[in-house]
Amino acid sequence: MVELALPKKSKVGTGKTHPKPEGATNLKTFNVYRWSPDDGENPHIDTYYVNLDDCGPMILDGLIKIKNEIDPGLTFRRSCREGICGSCAMNINGTNTLACTKGMSEVDGDINIYPLPHQPVVKDLVPDLTNFYAQYASIKPWMQTQTPPPPDRERLQSKEDRAKLDGLYECILCACCSTSCPSYWWNSDRFLGPAILLQAYRWLADSRDEFTGERLDNLEDPFRLYRCHTIMNCANTCPKGLNPAKAIAEIKKMMVERQG
Amino acid sequence: MANIERPLSPHLQIYKPQITMVTSITHRITGIAMAVGTLLLAWWLIAAATGPEAFATVSAFITSWFGRLVMFGFSWALFYHLCNGIRHLFWDAGKGFELPTMRKSGMAAIIGSVVLTLLTWVIAYGMGA
Repeated sequence: MVELALPKKSKVGTGKTHPKPEGATNLKTFNVYRWSPDDGENPHIDTYYVNLDDCGPMILDGLIKIKNEIDPGLTFRRSCREGICGSCAMNINGTNTLACTKGMSEVDGDINIYPLPHQPVVKDLVPDLTNFYAQYASIKPWMQTQTPPPPDRERLQSKEDRAKLDGLYECILCACCSTSCPSYWWNSDRFLGPAILLQAYRWLADSRDEFTGERLDNLEDPFRLYRCHTIMNCANTCPKGLNPAKAIAEIKKMMVERQG
Repeated sequence: MANIERPLSPHLQIYKPQITMVTSITHRITGIAMAVGTLLLAWWLIAAATGPEAFATVSAFITSWFGRLVMFGFSWALFYHLCNGIRHLFWDAGKGFELPTMRKSGMAAIIGSVVLTLLTWVIAYGMGA
């Protein structure tokens, strides 16, 4: 359902401004979305000042510094700090990206950080991605076959067939694209969203998979696939430079082609 | 855990507008605008079938400054929907998804629609409308 405004309890207020570190001249301002399940209050924006002369270059470095030195309560996900785990996906200055691969110098002025858009918030910058993962499971993201594998080796693939997976296998399921998509905002209960559809295409495009027909049957639905209206926020925001909209268009083409 | 009313994280309020996003929502808005405009067209046709007096009433409305403004918006909505519709045809064929192409085709649809609208009105006024 399209609901342009936020629910009453989700409206964002102004919060606390933490003092500037003493003696620091090279400061960066962080305005960070905060919400705690413990106090019954609405979400709010807290402001922190980070001394860039004593901090790593990435936005994640800034967040970790805030957590270590200013506010240990600040909650966010992070793990690999090199853009391969997808944990630190968040909305930074209006677009979704990974805090670990986005440099502070890339942002002019204040750094405004929100959780991934239109998701239930667990705490601060941590969204509840249960639905996203359930949708991922629904496309059966593993190789399905009917024929037995060769007894003496793996299922092989030509270089050309392997190349068809380029631009698909790199997806780390950070959910930046899906939570950037207005169609996914309004219909995430039924529309699978760009990330999951790109993953679905990754298996449709795999020459070794033998369940192409069943996979297409599963997507042949007014909502699951066809809520994509080529809005392109997904490709614009993907921190790995992938193009989910293109993958979705390929699925739509396969749907037409199989009708003969 | 389950009893807590979790807030919904901000979406439209904070998301940065981008040309691809704006051209997409404008496509939908112009589609709706044209449906409304078609009512105007139907009113005009019904009036034409009803008689000279009814037709004169509608004519007076359409040629008033407000009527012309509505018609100007209607014609732009038509041309925008047409230009952007051509982009959709390419996308349906799986072409034009690269981001630089996307941005260029979006700009082309906007500029094209404005040029076609102005051209139409220049010609219409030239013919003495």
